[in-house]
Amino acid sequence: MPSLRALLTGTRGRTAPDWTDWLTYGYLVLGLLLMFGPVVWMVMSSFKTPAALNEFPPQLLPYGQAEVNVPGYDRPLPLYRVKVADGATRTLAEVRRIGLTATMVDPAHPQDEIKVDAKDRERVRELKFAWGNYVEIFGKFAFGRYLWNSVFITVVATLITLIFNAMAAFALSKYRFTGHNVVFLMVLSTLMIPPTIILVPNFLVISQLGLLNSLWGVIWPAVATPTGVFLLRQYMLTIPDELIDAARMDNASEWRIFWRIILPLSAPALAVLAIFSVMWRWNDFLWPLIVLSRSENFTLQLALNAFQGELTTQWNYLLAMTVITLLPITAVFAFLQRYIATGIASAGVK
Amino acid sequence: MQAVLAPLRSVAGAAGRVALDLVDAPMRALQRVLGVPRIGWMFVGPNLVILGLFTFLPIVIDFYYALTAGVQLYPSQRPYAGLGNFATLFECRSYLDPSSCNKDLFWRAVYNTAEFALLQVGLMVLFALVTALVLNRRILGRGFWRGVFFYPVLLSPVVVALIWKWVLQRYGVLNAVLAAGGAPPVEWLTDSHWAFFWVVFVSIWAHMGFYTLILLAGLQAIPPDLYEAAEMDAASPWRRLTRITLPLLMPSLVVVLVLGLIRAVQVFDEVFVLTGGGPGSATTFIVQFIYMTGFAEAIRQYGLAAAASLVLAVSLLLLTLVQLRISRRSVAGPAGRDHA
Repeated sequence: MPSLRALLTGTRGRTAPDWTDWLTYGYLVLGLLLMFGPVVWMVMSSFKTPAALNEFPPQLLPYGQAEVNVPGYDRPLPLYRVKVADGATRTLAEVRRIGLTATMVDPAHPQDEIKVDAKDRERVRELKFAWGNYVEIFGKFAFGRYLWNSVFITVVATLITLIFNAMAAFALSKYRFTGHNVVFLMVLSTLMIPPTIILVPNFLVISQLGLLNSLWGVIWPAVATPTGVFLLRQYMLTIPDELIDAARMDNASEWRIFWRIILPLSAPALAVLAIFSVMWRWNDFLWPLIVLSRSENFTLQLALNAFQGELTTQWNYLLAMTVITLLPITAVFAFLQRYIATGIASAGVK
Repeated sequence: MQAVLAPLRSVAGAAGRVALDLVDAPMRALQRVLGVPRIGWMFVGPNLVILGLFTFLPIVIDFYYALTAGVQLYPSQRPYAGLGNFATLFECRSYLDPSSCNKDLFWRAVYNTAEFALLQVGLMVLFALVTALVLNRRILGRGFWRGVFFYPVLLSPVVVALIWKWVLQRYGVLNAVLAAGGAPPVEWLTDSHWAFFWVVFVSIWAHMGFYTLILLAGLQAIPPDLYEAAEMDAASPWRRLTRITLPLLMPSLVVVLVLGLIRAVQVFDEVFVLTGGGPGSATTFIVQFIYMTGFAEAIRQYGLAAAASLVLAVSLLLLTLVQLRISRRSVAGPAGRDHA
């Protein structure tokens, strides 16, 4: 029994947890609440109807007015718990209400109408997930379009990033051409030039290339990443040169060597870069904000930003959109967390 | 690992055959012309073109914009202005009082950014350190707990801002908690002091996990026999922390501090969505000033925006130099890991 307890509480060899263990787990649980709490709160809220969202104080779960179909009435009637004259409580459906008097029926006997004082009753509430929030955003806001734009940018930019960076990494790890060191330093030096300080000139370049308001204007500037080249190069350095020499004996072209030998062997490093590229492009905000000004070109992030700034924000739709936007990233987190940790540990990428 | 790579492999395989057949013939011809080592230029070519067009060329044009005036985007239509843009930015009766400056918003943004960077990075590194120390203890389910603190790092800044905006709004859950305790509701994002507090808080919330991970890696690199020796000498836990852990963690701490500062002076996305820089200019930072001046206002002052970009670039360059200097010293210095 003591050993089981020690296992469960994770103490350092002692039989009872000491106060530092209590403090440790207290800190962790607090962290859990603080880190996941707001996200859970938002996900739960996204299933609420506008009426439920306007309630104060709000409730975690999406409760709504319970309704019942009563024969003889063409729409569902709201349910109330009513205190009747003899002190008992009955659940009745409201037919209509005029002033302080409500006309109710018992759903089991819809023919007898009962007059009730509006003070003597309270609403029956039940869990009601407003899936409509998730359906209506596609009809009302061209949400499908924004989703497509985000997916297009993310997938295409990631594919080009992988190929371009792998090519550069291959050249910088396997060839000794004149100036390869200078090239490598140049690529790395771009780490010191963050996009925030070249916004204006980049805007000029993009507009001269005719890429303003085009998804390609977001894709092209992003596909050459120094961190990607660095990460892939470090990995390719571990691939033995003998493999390449053997392929040359077989009269394979350099391109075939790259494509058939180096790329497949670099798959683990490519996977890490792919995950990071997907997150970078999916989450991009400032540069798309500058390049894409027409709403039909908006990405999800831009659409969210535009909706939240409107005078009367429709939070039920905005919350549903936000949840859809964070879903892919949450999936990456759930299944590929180990790769991300590898990437951060080996190249300090973020 | 297999689950990820298997579909990736089959897609890459199918696309690969097509790409190989299409590209191989011209590549072979090019290889005959260039020779083997020089074909390397072809492989770095696309990357260099992209970096040249969207990083190196823009840095040069940045100076051109900063030295010219007017509202035209096209360079040849912009009149030369010398250091006029910088003079406009720096025209101030007293640098300590932003409202005495010609471009008061710029100076407010500079002061806000400095205050934000110091507060946010200082507190974030402190919390990241505590979290890393906690995660480094012998705890049940360490992977899970590490994930808990890391999760917000992956969220987009827009999503982060909306999550907190929903919590902090007038009828949000935080005010409901206050109301349950009998306190009056607070306008968290329209009171300038609270807005600044929440901008710092949300930014820590969103980024702390990344720095925690770096510090945790640093902690795990400390050789365990040092702690065993300390235990044998009956050193107190506090002494172990201050005499072993913190000195040996110093290089990682410096990295985290500088990386955090480099990111913090460029803060924009989550703040822009959370507060829009307001109320007033209480949470307006430098990048937002650049964005507003160059892209969001009716009269687009590209020259002024470029000049402000260069001021930001100088501060980033200084931070990077500090990082290089310190990281070189820490490798050779007494805080290095040659103890083990």
